[in-house]
Amino acid sequence: MESSRRHFLTIAGLAALGLGAKPVLNALASGSAGEFTGGVDAFKLKPNDKALKAKQWAMVIDTRKIKQASDLEPMIAACNKIHNIPTFEDKRHEIKWIWEDEYHNVFPTAENKFLNDRVEHIPFLVLCNHCENPPCVRACPTKATFKREVDGIVMMDFHRCIGCRFCMAACPYGSRSFNFTDPRPFIKEVNKEFPTRMKGVVEKCDFCAERIDVGQLPACVEASNGILTFGDLYDPKSNVRELLKSNFTIRRKQSLGTEPCVYYIV
Amino acid sequence: MNDRKYIIAGLVIFIAIFTFPFWYNLGKASPGPDIKLTEKAKAAKQCVMPTGYMRAEHMHLLDIWRHAVVRNSDRTFVNASGKEFTMSLSNTCLDCHSNKAEFCDKCHDYASVRPYCFDCHIDNPKEKK
Ligand code: SF4
Ligand code: SF4
Ligand code: SF4
Repeated sequence: MESSRRHFLTIAGLAALGLGAKPVLNALASGSAGEFTGGVDAFKLKPNDKALKAKQWAMVIDTRKIKQASDLEPMIAACNKIHNIPTFEDKRHEIKWIWEDEYHNVFPTAENKFLNDRVEHIPFLVLCNHCENPPCVRACPTKATFKREVDGIVMMDFHRCIGCRFCMAACPYGSRSFNFTDPRPFIKEVNKEFPTRMKGVVEKCDFCAERIDVGQLPACVEASNGILTFGDLYDPKSNVRELLKSNFTIRRKQSLGTEPCVYYIV
Repeated sequence: MNDRKYIIAGLVIFIAIFTFPFWYNLGKASPGPDIKLTEKAKAAKQCVMPTGYMRAEHMHLLDIWRHAVVRNSDRTFVNASGKEFTMSLSNTCLDCHSNKAEFCDKCHDYASVRPYCFDCHIDNPKEKK
């Protein structure tokens, strides 16, 4: 009697436990129901068929064709517009991909006491030089800034940037800007095809990688009226090499060894 | 030996309390999010990958896309049936799913996830606000 009562109670207890646990198990099990089967890796990634190719993209700026600031405006405006560059009243927040400056600031290491009138007075166009030996890339701890192996463009992966600004300290040309606030409210006219940036991210000219990859020239080059020439530095027959062969050019602070890829005909 | 009934009673009470939330919610589990497809998405029948995969793994696929586009300059995605797509969140995904509020947000809110993709990528490129 004693033993069968114990037996009964044991069974009853277990049954109660099982019943009580059922919905719990159901709930836990439903989390993993998946209907997908196979084919996960059955896809390919490839460049766009129209992508422009080069070993190292370079730009030649023919400053002889520049008379005044208004000659540069269309190029700067084109870049600002397609890349969603914000406009800040406060100069300390300024975001710049391409802008103008005077000779003394652009070429501080190639300065003479007396300059000719033209060079003294015309505005110079400046942007990231997409250096062949870029110090910004070396400084970046996250590889958010990197040199594209395919064509030498010094790119930013905004997703990865932690905003440490080492790259800004490393770049000898001030080519980089930091987003101190959310830039979105300060973008006049948004280009919906290109992302904006967020607070705490560094940005700069990307040589229009997004256009080159689909077969278009950089926006500033298209808007330049012949002032800018864009091409492959290592193709001896390229348009930039032809210009470099037939004209005397200078580069910014080339004694630093960064090997800038933006050349100026002065 | 005489504690047996206390133990059993305790066990029953423990199970009752432990499973209470499940009993309590039984039959009135909140329905899944009611996701709306745009006409364009409906007409396409299938996304870039099978629906089940997209539902469970779209964030993984987006990560693959991000890496391919930004770091490897690959811009074109070819799926298992050979169809080609430009890898772009704003210009490809949201071109079809132009109803972000009724599509992306619905599920993200339900699952209580807050992806920050749209801090930078423009949402609803085609939607008129
Ligand atoms: S100009 Fe500055 S930002 Fe551009 S590649 Fe050279 S070091 Fe880097
Ligand atoms: S600010 Fe961003 S890009 Fe610059 S060094 Fe830091 S992580 Fe790299
Ligand atoms: S190359 Fe493109 S990103 Fe760079 S300054 Fe010109 S328009 Fe702007």
